[in-house]
Amino acid sequence: MSVGPEAAFSMRGNLLRKNLLTALLLAPATLWLVVFLVLPFVAIAIFSVGERAPEGGYQAAFTLAQYANLPARATAFWNTMVLAPVGALACLLVAYPVAYYLALKAPERWRLILLALVVIPFWTSLLMRTYAWMYVLGGRGIPALLALVGIEDVRLINTPGAVLLGIVYGYLPLMILPIYVSLERLDRRLLEASADLGATPLSTFLGVTLRLSLPGVMTGFSLVMILLLGEYLIPTLLGGGKVFFIGNALVDLFLQSRNWPFGSAIAITLVLVSVVVLIAANRISTRLSGARRVDLI
Amino acid sequence: MTAVPDIEFRAVTKRYGAVTAVSGIDLAIPPSAFVALLGPSGCGKTTCLRMIGGFEQPSEGQVLIRGRDMAGTPPYRRPVNMVFQQYALFPHLDVEDNIAYGLRQARPRLSAREITSRAGEALAMVRLAGYGRRKIHELSGGQQQRVALARALVNKPAVLLLDEPLAALDKKLRTDMQIELQNLQREIGITFVLVTHDQEEALSMSDFVCVMNGGRIVQLGQPSEIYDEPADLFVADFVGKTNLLSGKVAGHSGELVDVTLANGTVIAARKRVPLSRGDTVSVSLRPESLSLGAPGSGRLTGIVRNRIFLGSTAEYAIEVQGIGTLLAKADHLIGQGNLFKPGEPVAIGFAAGTPLAFPDPKNNGTNQRENQHVEILS
Repeated sequence: MSVGPEAAFSMRGNLLRKNLLTALLLAPATLWLVVFLVLPFVAIAIFSVGERAPEGGYQAAFTLAQYANLPARATAFWNTMVLAPVGALACLLVAYPVAYYLALKAPERWRLILLALVVIPFWTSLLMRTYAWMYVLGGRGIPALLALVGIEDVRLINTPGAVLLGIVYGYLPLMILPIYVSLERLDRRLLEASADLGATPLSTFLGVTLRLSLPGVMTGFSLVMILLLGEYLIPTLLGGGKVFFIGNALVDLFLQSRNWPFGSAIAITLVLVSVVVLIAANRISTRLSGARRVDLI
Repeated sequence: MTAVPDIEFRAVTKRYGAVTAVSGIDLAIPPSAFVALLGPSGCGKTTCLRMIGGFEQPSEGQVLIRGRDMAGTPPYRRPVNMVFQQYALFPHLDVEDNIAYGLRQARPRLSAREITSRAGEALAMVRLAGYGRRKIHELSGGQQQRVALARALVNKPAVLLLDEPLAALDKKLRTDMQIELQNLQREIGITFVLVTHDQEEALSMSDFVCVMNGGRIVQLGQPSEIYDEPADLFVADFVGKTNLLSGKVAGHSGELVDVTLANGTVIAARKRVPLSRGDTVSVSLRPESLSLGAPGSGRLTGIVRNRIFLGSTAEYAIEVQGIGTLLAKADHLIGQGNLFKPGEPVAIGFAAGTPLAFPDPKNNGTNQRENQHVEILS
């Protein structure tokens, strides 16, 4: 059967209709991303090479002075750069055994319930839960209880430790779930093969289980780490202004001192750091687990 | 046999909750043998293999490897290695690291040089020299199979366990690997224990076949014994193709029994267990033991319904009045034109004593099957 010009036309018409449909379906998301992500990002990038207007805000210019001024906020950067990876690591250390138990040891019929318990805290806003921690760690919380048994003057709130605790508490589920997924997918026969080849349970864990769950570990780690780089709430509530994060610096610069160009320079730097972290995490887990593709988030 | 068996099962039972997977198995596997555990799925053969490997513990009884009771010995301390179904190769390691995995676990530690040289030897043994740095996912199924073999054998186990190792390969490759496995076993001289549900594979590769059904060993013997002298109806049915004909014991003539078939024909059959007059029996007649001739010459007469020409042989489905359809296999000699055509009448003969009569558990008692006297089983 030969394809006449009419048939070819209608085929082209079909193709056109298909493409139109795809375009229509993608339009809302594209529009959303352009208006609320790309345009603001471009604006911030432009702001970052500008100058602060005398009355605050932005004044057009082209200067790298804002970037040169970054060391003025070195403490915020330092705190973030230390507490974000340390927080993510602390999260990981708490989360891995939980994920391991859920995926490999928990009885089948309990698994769903236990998983639900991991997620349930998300049903309450992080703000409320962090407020609760403020109270628990504050003068009338744990320190008061300790005072009852004679341990006086314990300071918990407004310390780096309190921020770390808040971080682990708040981001634990985001770490548990990806690790759980990668462990759950792990082929159990590989563990038997390892034991069969003479590996002790510890060797099997290090050589097979951990290696093959690295994509999940890296996903959880970068997820928590990136969210922590922009964290504002926990350091404000539990750090009491003493533990100053980049997030707090941004709020201060944009809303209080209205130095938009400097705030923008900090924001751009933060984005660049996040991208570098993501790429590095991806590389590492791909290399170590031999996986051809790593799902981030 | 006076030598200590490589593997010994002593009254081994394995239960999972209420389900008994293996019940009261006694088995001794002599050194340097190629043994197949053969049976349908769920017969307990894989459970037996996993108890040797240490992945399952017997509920009762003992598993011994070279005379040592293995109770409480974890898999990583047993002198056996397994080739897993679908191979279970480590996806994050390349071919050489997969093979060296076991060597790296050895205590006292082996030198890096020894590990490299032994891994290299193992690669060469399975004809994969030069593939050491390949990723597992870059290999074909047959190559993965050989990596799995090398990974197990490089540790010089006392016994190699193979769990359906050829199931994932295509037919051509499977035949090649059967020969390769046989050669390997003879070369290395250690015991191979193979689990399979494929009777052809079991018969063609192994020195001994252990037929299992319902968690028990039904028969243990050389492949030819299993085929020629099946212990019971199940083995006759499961191993090879056979025709099963229902009948009743009419009487005895010496060692043989006379069996009246459904169409009234009386044939003489051998028996494996004592039978008495009036017993319902199934008579097994192998397709290749039937000879075909011009009408009037044989013991049964039928009409050819289908012919499957296979080159060196031809298989016929022959309908016999009152009995059903029989499968017959005849050699095809070039130039003799001895093929029967569909629709042609034909006489079926067989040597006296080739039929084998078994008490038929299905036809004894109340649930008699009607009109279904013959089954062709493949």
